[in-house]
Amino acid sequence: MANEICFRTLHLDTSWSLEAYQSVGGYSVWKKIFTDNITPASIIDELKLSSLRGRGGAGFPTGLKWSFISRGAPGQKYIVCNSDEGEPGTFKDRDILRFNPHQIIEGIAIAAYVMGASIGYHYVRGEFFEGFERIENALLEARKLGLIGKNILGSGFDFELHNVSGAGAYICGEETALMESIEGKKGFPRFKPPFPANYGVYGRPTNINNTETFASVPVILQHGGKWFLELGKPNNGGCKIFSVSGHVNAPGNYEIPLGTPFAKLLEMAGGMKGGRKLKAVIPGGSSAPVLTAHQMLDLTMDYDAISQAGSMLGSGAVIIMDETTCMVKVLLRIAHFYAEESCGQCTPCREGTGWMFRILQRIEAGKGSLKDLDQVLEIANGISGRTICALGDAAAMPVQSFLKHFRDEFESYINHQQCLAQTI
Amino acid sequence: MTVILSLKAKQSIDAWLLKYPIDQKQSCVIHALKVLQDENGGWLTEGAIEAVAAYLAMPKIAVYEVATFYSMFELQPIGKHKISVCTNIACLLNNGDKIVQHLKKRLNIEWGETTQDGCFTLKEVECLAACDGAPAMQIGQIYYENLTPERIDDILATLEPKEIKDGK
Repeated sequence: MANEICFRTLHLDTSWSLEAYQSVGGYSVWKKIFTDNITPASIIDELKLSSLRGRGGAGFPTGLKWSFISRGAPGQKYIVCNSDEGEPGTFKDRDILRFNPHQIIEGIAIAAYVMGASIGYHYVRGEFFEGFERIENALLEARKLGLIGKNILGSGFDFELHNVSGAGAYICGEETALMESIEGKKGFPRFKPPFPANYGVYGRPTNINNTETFASVPVILQHGGKWFLELGKPNNGGCKIFSVSGHVNAPGNYEIPLGTPFAKLLEMAGGMKGGRKLKAVIPGGSSAPVLTAHQMLDLTMDYDAISQAGSMLGSGAVIIMDETTCMVKVLLRIAHFYAEESCGQCTPCREGTGWMFRILQRIEAGKGSLKDLDQVLEIANGISGRTICALGDAAAMPVQSFLKHFRDEFESYINHQQCLAQTI
Repeated sequence: MTVILSLKAKQSIDAWLLKYPIDQKQSCVIHALKVLQDENGGWLTEGAIEAVAAYLAMPKIAVYEVATFYSMFELQPIGKHKISVCTNIACLLNNGDKIVQHLKKRLNIEWGETTQDGCFTLKEVECLAACDGAPAMQIGQIYYENLTPERIDDILATLEPKEIKDGK
C-alpha cells in the first residue's frame, strides 16, 4: 500500500493529464455528488469517520474543520488551498501539483460544495513555476468539461477557482498571512480569534486546507471513510506522504499508511547512505523538535506516536542525519532560516530569531562560551508562546530540542572550538 | 519617474484582475510587480512601483511594502540569470557547501553580487522544496537538482554568452 491516495496516478504516463486522472476514477465523486444528490452533511460524516487530519502541519481534523462553515450561511464564502510549501525538508505538495493536479481541484471543489462557497483561491508558492503551469492547465481542462464554473454539470451550483501565486515568503504558508497575501499585502499573520471560518479572505468566512488534505478527499469519498481509516490507525486515518531527505540512499516522497514503523520508512528510502549509523531525525520539518536515533527506531510514523515522543509529525518532512552530522552546524542553519523568515511583526520573534542566530554563529566560529547555551535557551523560551503566529514556536523548538538531546556535543564544540563529530 | 505600462503589461494585469472582486484591485499587486520586473530585466525600479500603485489605485508605500517583503522581488539591477541556491538543511547535509564554494569561485562573486559581464547574480535562498534532489538551485523558472561541480559547469556553459564560452 503505497502511493495510492494523492499519488494514485503516479504510475501512469503523463500522470497529470485529465485522461490519467479519470482513468483512476478522478472526478467520479464530484459528478456523483450531483447525480446522487449527496448531502454536505454526509460528506462531513464520511471525513470524520476517515479521521483525516490536516496535512499542512497542524493535524487538525478535516471533517470538523469543514463543519465550521455552514452551507446555508448567507453571503460570500471562500475556499482556499494552501500550496505555499516551504517548511524545510518538505517537498510533497510540489509533487502533487506537478504530477496529480486534477485531484487537488476535485478536492477543493468538493469543499466548496460542502460549505457553499462560490469562489476559491489556490495559492501556489511563487517559485513553483512548473507546478503552477500544470494546475493552470488542469483547471482549464476542468472548466471545459463544465466541472468548474457556472451551473456545474447542470446542478445550478456555481464554483469558480483561481490559481494565484506568491513571491517568496515562508510566512505566507501561515493561513492568515496567506490571506493577507491574497489581498495584496505583505504577509503579516493576523491575530486569532477571529478564525478564518469567521473572518478570512476579504473578511468573509473562509475554509483553508493544505494541498495534500484536499487531494486526499476525493479518494476518501470514493472508497469510504472507513476504508481510509483502516489504512492507518485510530485517530490517524489513512496514508500520508513522507518527504524523506538527508543522509539516505533514496530520498523522495513515500505515501504510506500512518502507523508505519520508522525503520520501515528508512528502509524504503534506501537505508543510510554509505552504511553509516543513524544519529538523529527531524520527523516533521525543520520546526519539529529533533529526536535521537534511539527514540526514532522504536517509533511509528503517525501524529500520536511522534507527539508522545516529544516532537510532531508536522508536514511529514523526515530529515535523516547520520553519525557524521555536526549538530551545531545544523542548528545554526535552522536558526538562520527563522531569522531570515520572521516577518518582523512580533518583537520576541523578530529580535529573538536574529539573536539566537548570532549566538550560534559565534559558537560555530569557535568563539562561544558555555554561558551562551543558557542564553540561547533563555531566548528560545522567551519567544515560545509570545507571538501572534506559530513561527515563533517553530524557531524556538529546534533550539530547545537540539540542546535537550545534544547538549554534550554543543559543550564539546565550545570547549574544542570545533566539532568532534566527523562534520558535514 | 513613473514607468509607463506597456500594452502587454496592462493586458496581463487586467486578465489577472478578473480573479478578484472588482473592489479589491490591490489583490493583483504581486502579479503586477512580477510582470513589471520581468519586463525590466529582473528588477523593479521605483518608477515601476509608482506605476503599479497608480494602476491599482494603491498608496505607493503599500506597493513598496510588498516589493520589499517578498524575496523574489529585486530592487537593484540584477544579472541576466539569477542563480538562487538553496543552502537549507537537506542541501547542507548533501554537501551543499561545496556547491556554493564552486559557484562563488567559478563566477568570482559572493552572495548578492553580479558578474562583471552582467550575466549572473548569485543569491542564497531558503528551502526550495526539492530536498530529494539536494543540493538544488533555481535559475529563472527552472529547478536544477542533484548538483555536482561538474553539473554546475555544464549548466553555466549553456547560459554564458558565447564569447566567454569560447575563451575558456
